[in-house]
Amino acid sequence: MATDDLKLAVNAALALQRPLLIKGEPGTGKTMLAEQVAAALGMPLLQWHIKSTTKAQQGLYEYDAVSRLRDSQLGDERVKHIENYIVKGVLWQAFTAEQRVVLLIDEIDKADIEFPNDLLRELDRMEFHVYETREMVKAKHRPLVIITSNNEKELPDAFLRRCFFHYIKFPDRDTMAQIVDVHFPHLKKELLAQALQVFYETREISGLKKKPSTSELLDWLKLLLAEDIPPEALRSKDDRLIVPPLHGALLKNEQDIHLFERLVFMSRTSR
Amino acid sequence: MLIDFFYTLKDAGIPVSIKEFLQLLEALEKNLVNCSFDDFYYLARLILVKDEANFDKFDQAFGSYFKGIDAAFDKAEIPLDWLMQRAMRELTDEQKAAIEKFGYHKLMDRLKQLLEEQKERHEGGSKWIGTGGTSPFGNSGYHPEGIRIGGESRHRSAVKVWEQRSYRDYDASREIGTRNIKVALRRLRRFARDGAAEELALDETIRSTANNAGYLDIRMRPERRNNVKVLMLMDVGGSMDDHVHRVEELFSAAKTEFKNLSFYYFHNCVYDQLWRSNQRRQTERFATWDVLHTYAPDTKLIFVGDATMSPYEILQPGGAIDHHNREAGAEWLQRFTKTFPNYLWLNPEPEHLWEYRQSIAIIRRQMNNRMVPMTLEGLERGMRLLSK
Repeated sequence: MATDDLKLAVNAALALQRPLLIKGEPGTGKTMLAEQVAAALGMPLLQWHIKSTTKAQQGLYEYDAVSRLRDSQLGDERVKHIENYIVKGVLWQAFTAEQRVVLLIDEIDKADIEFPNDLLRELDRMEFHVYETREMVKAKHRPLVIITSNNEKELPDAFLRRCFFHYIKFPDRDTMAQIVDVHFPHLKKELLAQALQVFYETREISGLKKKPSTSELLDWLKLLLAEDIPPEALRSKDDRLIVPPLHGALLKNEQDIHLFERLVFMSRTSR
Repeated sequence: MLIDFFYTLKDAGIPVSIKEFLQLLEALEKNLVNCSFDDFYYLARLILVKDEANFDKFDQAFGSYFKGIDAAFDKAEIPLDWLMQRAMRELTDEQKAAIEKFGYHKLMDRLKQLLEEQKERHEGGSKWIGTGGTSPFGNSGYHPEGIRIGGESRHRSAVKVWEQRSYRDYDASREIGTRNIKVALRRLRRFARDGAAEELALDETIRSTANNAGYLDIRMRPERRNNVKVLMLMDVGGSMDDHVHRVEELFSAAKTEFKNLSFYYFHNCVYDQLWRSNQRRQTERFATWDVLHTYAPDTKLIFVGDATMSPYEILQPGGAIDHHNREAGAEWLQRFTKTFPNYLWLNPEPEHLWEYRQSIAIIRRQMNNRMVPMTLEGLERGMRLLSK
């Protein structure tokens, strides 16, 4: 479900060959985006999922010294050539691919604070130097780089300057209805309308520690479908908010559930 | 071309660099946008702004720069029912907070006033409805969370995207959630390796093995830890009740972020005794002298309190409201700041109210101005002070 500004962002990143940095609330489909873009452009997708222990070097290549040591003791012929022990990283694969690829660097904020700085030159010039073989790896086709971040760490300015930045806003009601339609084409219209209303009302409660997001809504709808719950069950007869069935799928924090139940109770007694 | 626009953005406090500006021009040269004003807005934002916290500033600067040009482009009218709908939204959304604070009729009056103001501006032909729509409750410190200013999507055509100012919630001076607090607190991280050597130092081992002509020579090193020590003193009860929620968030963020976190409570000002549990406040107390002596001098000291009390409670012996204190609160504050040179006072009251409260001014002086508001921006400022 691409909005206009998102399309523009992807086009600009393609035309100007800059990495596209995508931020947004968890569960708004940042990772999905890269897959969709790759599919739409007919380019292969290479993924690099970042963890807290990931080093920038691992994306380029790794020198497997341990295998070489072992092979040397076994007298293996390959040991004479160091290239045999260089394991190509995702960036290397992307640079040397025969066609243009989409390279997804997922959740870059999970890594160490210095991580983005270590990739500056590689992403800017799309080339790097392999120290062990004294070889220069240059991109044949500059890949379309998509980077996602959950904003856990701030990214350095120098890095940001080289990227385009797109912030995925939480979808409004119409867009959300379309998203749901893609996932559950056979959903009954009334159930969807009711469910969306409950969902947005829940999101608007101030003081929730974790607001339910798109992925939680989809899970919840799946449960509602599986249990075959009628739309009437989401509302009381006089159209007031009630604690919806299976609300555990929406609220994942016990304090939030308490708060929600209390609010519902209050709204009942006050009227 | 567009050079004034660049400087308008710079003046608005958005960190734009020349490189990014040239990129924007390059994008325009490549005809990425087809003369649509909205597309140009998105493109400029995509290339120039790298933080959603700055989106709101960008919207405003963009609006003010292109106001004249835009007026020439189209004269879209803002439908009155949009205003009505908007008013109804504000009412329902703010109802809970507002009814408590203002009373229902006062609220209605303010909304009417707001509507009138907007009508006038509308008739005057200015398009500045978007900014005119700053929440009527803004100055009383309420965060208009969850209000969608733009109304339903069919009105999109009437209101320009940047005039909706839909990213206002992301502005850095907004109130904070745990996740953001954690990020702010991370500025204090100070990694160091100390303690027992129990981690294999791989690079070191390889190097020394090579030096050792191939005989294995294992090297160990201590694990990398965040060794910053934090002592938090928190005000509870009385006027702090209004801020319970935010203090709770701060506390839970601090607890996960700092392994070496100690905390104590006080009421209004620190005196000769502190406590760690509010239930056992009467039975289980800690002498402040002991606290002063327990922690290392490089401990970062963070006071959390609204510093709102009678000046006597700080300056006079015996001024405390709940017990008789032999020494004035100010003396205790002095002792703390002398023992722990890295100190900070976090104040949940909004910064613009500080000058009207005598006791805040006194505490601020005691703290050598090291007092920051409990917003994300304030917290970052504070962490920078602390890590110096």
